[in-house]
Amino acid sequence: MSSGNYGLMAEFGSTEALLAAVHAARAHGYRHLEAYTPFSVPGLPEALELPRDRVALITLLGGLFGGAGAFFMQWYAAVIDYPINSGGRPLNSWPAFIPATFELAVLGAALAGFGGMLVLNGLPRLRHPVFDTPDFHLASRNRFFLCVRAEDPLFDSERTRAWLATLAPVGIVQTPATGTERAR
Amino acid sequence: MSDASQAMTAAGSPLLRGAYTYASITDKIADLVLARRSGRAFWTALLIAGAFTLLFIVAVSYLFATGVGIWGVNEPVAWAFAITNFVWWVGIGHAGTFISAILLLLRQQWRTSINRFAEAMTIFAVAMAGVMPILHLGRPWFFYWLVPYPNVMHLWPQWRSPLVWDIFAIATYIIVSILFWYAGLLPDLATLRDRARRRWQQVGYGLLALGWRGDARHWQRYDTTYLLLAGLATPLVISVHSVVSLDFSIANLPGWHSTIFPPYFVAGALFSGFAMALTLAIPLRAIFGLQDFITPRHLANMAKLLLACGLVVSYSYAVEIFTAFYSGDRFESAMVIDRMRGDYAWIYWLVICCNVLVPQLVWLRAIRSSPLALFVIAALVNVGMWLERFMIIVTSLHRDFLPSSWGHFTPTFWDWATLAGSLGTFALLFLLFVRFLPVISMSEMRRLNEESRGIDR
Amino acid sequence: MFDLPPVIDRRECMKLMGAALALGSSSCARPPLEQMVPYLSTPEGMVPGEPLFFATALTRAGYAHGVLIESNSGRPTKIEGNPAHPASLGATGAIEQGRILELWDPERSRAPLDRGQISSWASFNATLLDPAAPWRRSEGEGLRILSGRVSSPTLLAQRQRLLERYPHARWHEHEPAGRESVYAGTQIAFGRPLEPLFHFDRAAIIVSLDADFLAEEPGQVRYAREFAAGRRPERGTMSRLYVAECMPSLTGVAADERMPCRPSEVATIAQQIAARLDGSTDDRAHPWLRAVVADLRANRGRSLVLAGAGQPAHVHALTHYINGALGNLGSTVEFIAPGVQASSEDESIAALARDMHLGRVDTLLILDSNPLYDAPADLEFASVLERVRLSVHHGLYVDETAQACRWHAPAAHELEAWSDARAFDGTITLQQPLIAPLYGGRSAHELLGLLSEERSMSAHDAVRATWLQRFGAADFAERWRAALRLGVVEGTAARAELVSAPTLPPPPDAAPADSLELLFRPDPTLWDGRYAPIAWLQELPKPLTQLTWDNAALISAQLAAQLGVRNEELIELSIGGRRLAAPVWIVPGHAPGAVTLHLGYGRTRAGPVGSNRGINAYALRTSGAPWYAHGLSLRKLPGRRSLATVQHHHRMEGREIVRSATLATFRERPDFAQRESERQQPSLYPPFPATGYAWGMSIDLSACIGCGACTIACQAENNIPTVGKEEVLRGREMHWIRVDRYEESDAAAPRSHFQPVPCMQCEHAPCELVCPVEASVHDTEGINVQVYNRCVGTRFCSNNCPYKVRRFNFFQYSRDEPHLNAQRNPQVTVRMRGVMEKCNYCLQRIIPARISADRDKRRLHDGEVVTACQAVCPTQAIVFGDLNDPASAVRAAKASARSYALLGELNTRPRTTYLAKVVNEPQEREA
Repeated sequence: MSSGNYGLMAEFGSTEALLAAVHAARAHGYRHLEAYTPFSVPGLPEALELPRDRVALITLLGGLFGGAGAFFMQWYAAVIDYPINSGGRPLNSWPAFIPATFELAVLGAALAGFGGMLVLNGLPRLRHPVFDTPDFHLASRNRFFLCVRAEDPLFDSERTRAWLATLAPVGIVQTPATGTERAR
Repeated sequence: MSDASQAMTAAGSPLLRGAYTYASITDKIADLVLARRSGRAFWTALLIAGAFTLLFIVAVSYLFATGVGIWGVNEPVAWAFAITNFVWWVGIGHAGTFISAILLLLRQQWRTSINRFAEAMTIFAVAMAGVMPILHLGRPWFFYWLVPYPNVMHLWPQWRSPLVWDIFAIATYIIVSILFWYAGLLPDLATLRDRARRRWQQVGYGLLALGWRGDARHWQRYDTTYLLLAGLATPLVISVHSVVSLDFSIANLPGWHSTIFPPYFVAGALFSGFAMALTLAIPLRAIFGLQDFITPRHLANMAKLLLACGLVVSYSYAVEIFTAFYSGDRFESAMVIDRMRGDYAWIYWLVICCNVLVPQLVWLRAIRSSPLALFVIAALVNVGMWLERFMIIVTSLHRDFLPSSWGHFTPTFWDWATLAGSLGTFALLFLLFVRFLPVISMSEMRRLNEESRGIDR
Repeated sequence: MFDLPPVIDRRECMKLMGAALALGSSSCARPPLEQMVPYLSTPEGMVPGEPLFFATALTRAGYAHGVLIESNSGRPTKIEGNPAHPASLGATGAIEQGRILELWDPERSRAPLDRGQISSWASFNATLLDPAAPWRRSEGEGLRILSGRVSSPTLLAQRQRLLERYPHARWHEHEPAGRESVYAGTQIAFGRPLEPLFHFDRAAIIVSLDADFLAEEPGQVRYAREFAAGRRPERGTMSRLYVAECMPSLTGVAADERMPCRPSEVATIAQQIAARLDGSTDDRAHPWLRAVVADLRANRGRSLVLAGAGQPAHVHALTHYINGALGNLGSTVEFIAPGVQASSEDESIAALARDMHLGRVDTLLILDSNPLYDAPADLEFASVLERVRLSVHHGLYVDETAQACRWHAPAAHELEAWSDARAFDGTITLQQPLIAPLYGGRSAHELLGLLSEERSMSAHDAVRATWLQRFGAADFAERWRAALRLGVVEGTAARAELVSAPTLPPPPDAAPADSLELLFRPDPTLWDGRYAPIAWLQELPKPLTQLTWDNAALISAQLAAQLGVRNEELIELSIGGRRLAAPVWIVPGHAPGAVTLHLGYGRTRAGPVGSNRGINAYALRTSGAPWYAHGLSLRKLPGRRSLATVQHHHRMEGREIVRSATLATFRERPDFAQRESERQQPSLYPPFPATGYAWGMSIDLSACIGCGACTIACQAENNIPTVGKEEVLRGREMHWIRVDRYEESDAAAPRSHFQPVPCMQCEHAPCELVCPVEASVHDTEGINVQVYNRCVGTRFCSNNCPYKVRRFNFFQYSRDEPHLNAQRNPQVTVRMRGVMEKCNYCLQRIIPARISADRDKRRLHDGEVVTACQAVCPTQAIVFGDLNDPASAVRAAKASARSYALLGELNTRPRTTYLAKVVNEPQEREA
């Protein structure tokens, strides 16, 4: 039923106001909510009842892969592919393989973690409808935005706007969906 | 946010001076990059740094053209300045990671306003460090033979060599540092994008910001990632200098072959790192008027950490001497005596002076609260730590097992040129960073502001 | 030779930078291009890639040393001793090793010069044959020839013919390091000039009066072998060597009891020994003297007293008397006819100079001699030479004399021409050319043939003619070929002359006791200066001082203290109105009352390698006092001159590096060198299987005399570059096997020990562990190999090597010069800049041998592979072989109780080990 509309945004000046608004919106029954803030606001994810993110898991896998890969590479090179007497040390001198193993484990984890974060966030995405919202550039400065998405079953631009007004925001603005089309 | 206010009251001076709002914090820091015109001080600094960078290029070109013989290295002192610089630069990097990662895990808010430039310092220092071992190779154009890659010679690196561990450690360290730094920059780049007026800034910062829009979901994952990176960087920073120390302690050379080296080197690294952080922070806040963000309390805290590391380093010196004699190893004890009384004794005593005695001044509050005094102390510690690396490397090498092969090292012009050049290049990179990126994390400052007051007018 | 200018001028710097930037990060240097001599007609028996060996001889001061020349594809590349030759027995000295570089030296003269202008052989011949020359019409009046000591039968015959044809012509002989006093001594003792031959292996007691028979006497290599043979502690009997000398020599270091004394005091000592032989003992005598006399009297017929060529005739006469009185004549010392015209006084260079001064010399032909540099200073040779109408110089280089002569004719090298030469014991070797003259030089035979207008001018014909007479036409061809193949002419060794014990010669005039004396010595590596252009010999550390590229005023610490000078500070030596400024070098054990100068330095025309290095001792040397002079006065001068030594510290600092004991101790505890802590050290690592060959080396410190021949042999075998004085000063010399010297006991007269140090080939090699690119790895036969093309030059291996035997190419040391390239060993890679290198047990010799052994399905025999250092060692101190071969000599050596590992406590498990040193000190010293 979203009629070329991404959603409605209420603009707040403080975290308290935003958090209050979010709680109110959830209480009122809105489910498709989004919040845009200039910094990570404590308590906001809980208020929006966001699911636990999976970054940690991805990081762990990356680390395991890096470490295992590193040790295997060293073992394979030193024992199977190019066995040679170096300093009279045994071919599989595993203690000497530990440093590289550790370092590559860390590297794998870090790359996986950072990469995973970007992918899950759908970044990089240079073009997004919310950027067309008037005043939205303040979202990276000192304004806190609550967005009710148009696909929310309760969404009706008139009634939602009226309801949002009751939260005494700094302003209410509409986000056109055109951005999405153009992005696609 | 309660612990924050406790931290506030606990410490004498605040972490953020004066009445600031989200907006004013953002504007003040962003405008350093977007609006502010570089003053004469900046340009002179840039000019000098540029000149030394040029010297660096000349020194390196000449080195590649003729060979490492242009340096003073010889038999038995086959390592000298290049490796000294390497260890010293890596060490400097460590403080950056320590401040941004370990203090984050320890929930030390005071890190907020200094972590950004500390991380930049890390990256540039490690970059300088990374160059040195390559320069010091006899055939630098084959440096990549230390890296495992499929090659027509069907050869692999020799995994038991600490130099190979180095490659992995340093590479990992610089990559993770850059990730961590960039992750921290993302929201700020978005801010710059949104506040930029000039087109190229909008496009440039826009691209770098990857379309960050401050969505609550993103913030959630972002926080986890940032914490995880911090958690990874913490053991990493310990491991890196431990590996560097193994370059020496794996060898059987008296003065190198010692089990205390890893902690000893890590402490020394942080020691020199905090010194460098102070040497950079104090002029920085003066030139760019950041006294409100980098407050005396920040300086005092860093000074305290400096002192702490200094004490560990002093302890290591003592233990080194003790074990040399306690072990009864005649080579070890001869080495220690040579350090104190031999050709390079003056270096040893200078090291003791700069790294053991001078830092003790920090016990005095008066010294801690005087930026100038701290600046001088930090500078001396920087010198002292460089000399310490030199001492460990050269004095151990010049008199080893067979007296017949004892020798002496005297640096040449090109040794000094390489050192000065690397300093210049480091300075140049840092100045460019200051000019084009926010030296303080805006998003974190906003949050700090939020947590310490929770009000917005 | 590689000398980096200490400062790079701006243009040079910009040029290099430009190059660097142009080449960018891609490879900035290429390996040196190896150019080979094109090779057209295959000689008989030549297998491409396999070297051929030709027997010939090299002469030093007219004494032949038999050698085998390794020739690769027609290029002489390496010199080995000739086992069949009495002076060599398979070994050579350092100088002989260096001569191969002289052959290829691009600085050698390349064309006849007329007043310094390049001319042609045609016009040179025309000048010599000029019928208008006054001497041709006056039976040679005014024709003079000056040469070094001539022992070549052919040349002597030609000389004979020339002098018969031109009776008034005269042939003068001039050897800067001559042995006139030796012949004069026998003249006094036996009434005729004789050449003494010593048998050190037969002597239980050897007393050397200033005689460095291990380095300077003719036949020194043979003598070293015999000396060492008489001193194997395991054999039970060990000879004892007493030395009285001024400047510590190799012989002095080898001495069991050495007494420093001024050169002039040697005569007194000789007299005192002679006086006490009858048994008259007085306790006021010096303990050294008492010990000598006691031992001599206890070993009649088994003792040997000899004097050095630097001692005057009456000292020699005294030694002959002593030997006679002890009944040593015929047992430990024999005499043979010199085999050369003993030059009378009017055949000396002094006589020549006098005649030149008086204008009696019209034409002077100088054969391979350099009087302008090395003639006694009082002869003023340069000025009298100007009075000669036609002066002709014939030599390898355009040297000082060539510069001053009207004509210069390039000489053919000994390895380029036919000739023959006589060894110290009379044995004659036919010298055959290994290669056509590289620079169109001609031999002395050709010049003489030309001069006396003989039918054929070719050296080959001249030599054949001589031997056609000797061999007789019947079986000439066989004997000629046999002589060439063997390297000696059978049955030419001189028969011992019968001599009767001489009477006590009249006492000489005593020297002024309290005057400072100046001693001249031939340089240990450059001899009298003729080898100055040979870079290897310039960079070979002098045995005692470890100096390279320089000589110095060598003095005792005591004298230095009196003068208030330290090493490298300048002093002025003035004697007989002549002055010379020289840097000081303190030599422990040097006699306080004298200063030693080595000849051979301060040359002005010896090419870039030899010119303007060190100080010219000849400037103070007069014909009256050729070897030592009284009345020297010294003055400290301002300033200093840096001297490049390769060893700065000579004390062992309580580390058991060279382990030594007296013979008595050795008899009580043969295993005195063993340490419990070093036996069976545990290891965390499982041993690698050592089946097949297991190469190992053992070096006997009792046998090593520190001559440094191994260093140069290694340098020649392994294409090791020289680096030049500047680089040595920076501590970057490249020798793969160095000879360390350590001092023990009192500083005034310490006991020195030599210790050759090659790579130890550790089984737990510290260098391999730290190499990041597998450039330093172990092969299955236990050799720690260095893979040059894999090395990136981290130098970590060198840092981690406790023995510091690794050498690094800090610059592109190996010059890319066609002639030098042609000298190089084709089996050995020429290392480029930025690469680490080191000893690898002459792998290039092991592999071909192993391959040929594998080909006929057998194991290598012991001694089938011989390393370069082992082959050259005069005393056979170095033993190399397969440790898995139960019969191998090296295994036996390692089984000796004296065997120990250097720095064994580090548990690096070296394959190279040492045999501890044993000295045979007199009893009273031990008591």
